[in-house]
Amino acid sequence: MFGEILKGMATTLKHFFKPPVTIQYPEVKRPVRNRFKGRHELKRYDNGLEKCIGCSLCAAACPADAIFVEAAENRDEARFSPGERYAKTYEINMLRCIFCGYCEDACPTEAIVLENNYELSFYDRASAIYTKEMLIVPVPPNGKPTPQEVEPGVYNRSIPDMENPK
Amino acid sequence: MTPGEIALRALIVGFVVTMAVVTGFAYTTLLERKLLARLQHRVGPNRAGYIPIPRRGKRELRLLGGILQPAADAVKLFFKEDVTPGQVNRFVYSLAPTLAVIPAIMILAVIPWAGEITIFGAHFTPYFAIAPGLDVALLFILAITSVGVYGIVLAGWASNSKYAILGGIRASAQMVSYELALSLAVIAPIMLAGSLNLGEIIEAQRSVWFVVLQPLAAGIFIIAALAELQRTPFDLLEAEQELAAGYSVEYSSMRFGMFFMAEYMKMVSFSAIAVVLFFGGYRGPFVDQVPALGFVYMLLKIFVGLCLMIWIRATLPRLRYDRLMALGWKTLLPLAVVNLVVTAVVIVLYDAGAFNSILAILQ
Repeated sequence: MFGEILKGMATTLKHFFKPPVTIQYPEVKRPVRNRFKGRHELKRYDNGLEKCIGCSLCAAACPADAIFVEAAENRDEARFSPGERYAKTYEINMLRCIFCGYCEDACPTEAIVLENNYELSFYDRASAIYTKEMLIVPVPPNGKPTPQEVEPGVYNRSIPDMENPK
Repeated sequence: MTPGEIALRALIVGFVVTMAVVTGFAYTTLLERKLLARLQHRVGPNRAGYIPIPRRGKRELRLLGGILQPAADAVKLFFKEDVTPGQVNRFVYSLAPTLAVIPAIMILAVIPWAGEITIFGAHFTPYFAIAPGLDVALLFILAITSVGVYGIVLAGWASNSKYAILGGIRASAQMVSYELALSLAVIAPIMLAGSLNLGEIIEAQRSVWFVVLQPLAAGIFIIAALAELQRTPFDLLEAEQELAAGYSVEYSSMRFGMFFMAEYMKMVSFSAIAVVLFFGGYRGPFVDQVPALGFVYMLLKIFVGLCLMIWIRATLPRLRYDRLMALGWKTLLPLAVVNLVVTAVVIVLYDAGAFNSILAILQ
């Protein structure tokens, strides 16, 4: 019995001299995995138009009923997205969201993507509702901010031409 | 010295030692957390109170991370709500934490911290302690450690909670069982030194530490002391998995903190007792020339004792209750008795000159 205790003590002592495995979190962050599902982002096209067309398919797919979308008509003098409609209001309740990624699957324009931010915290429930302004990505360098004033008849398709899967 | 001078000196030294030990208790918790963390590949508390040292091109170096963690813990404990459950016996409930802490501090009254020494013109003889030269010091220690269990038992009883009373019952059973082995192990150094006076026991270890002459007694003392302290592997009375927090489950705020204060102070004082009885106390190289080195040796040895306890905690799992009792009654107690008898016989034979021929051959 005594020898085994000493053996155990030697083992713990051996581990004392190994470096700690702790990652000093706020200063050092471990990179997330490729397919990590973190906070959502609403994407834009390269010209700055929003990908979201306000179809509410994400809201319909959401098992936790976390997404609320209110659509409005696009006009050529104030265009937010290609096609007829855009998301006037886009809200995700981060307390309800279970980060399943069904919204991402349901989206016909690949507008909503679960990205890498996992640092979600709030002081009250109202601030847990992320609005469109918080979710949308910044305008890309060559693009123009929305609403854009465009020539009539250019953006008449809401869903871009996509390649067939090979 | 007049009795008044003795009392005044004891008061001053007692104040200093008590303050030092209260601070020491706080840093024992930090030591435990840091060391335990390192033994488990963790870092331990490193946020409160570090010294930032900027480095060019790299992240700043943080020295002494967590050095203020005990202060942060204390502030947190003091500012928490002190809940008294509705159905408790209020008087005993309030008394119990105090009753646990006071014996833990009282043990330190007789611990010698250094040899004969002069500090600020005050000459301490025969050694530096709150109550130096107490002839029944060891008896005092044994008595006070026995009183220490009352705090825990009364806390368990007064809390009016099943978990707490189970913790208290376990505490009393465990402490009664192991106190026998502890006391018997303590008798061996008493016999070797021929005195209950701690200073004389230390001086008797001038040539060789008693741990060399009495390894079995030292081992029994360490195991029984762990059981007395309710440290792992004998922490059955606060077994989290079975009893929530045991006797302290109904306590909150600083009353809860006081139980931990008692536990860690007892760790310090039991380390000190073990050092005095078996590891030469304040004695070490050059201590005769520079008596102040005695403090250093004493603290260093206590530190090693604390590290050993934490190391044991990191290694060993908790004993089953029947095994705990079997170890106490069927192993440690008979071993201690046999050790005692053999030691007594050997001492008598040695005094009668029975070993002179063997010693002569060795020399």
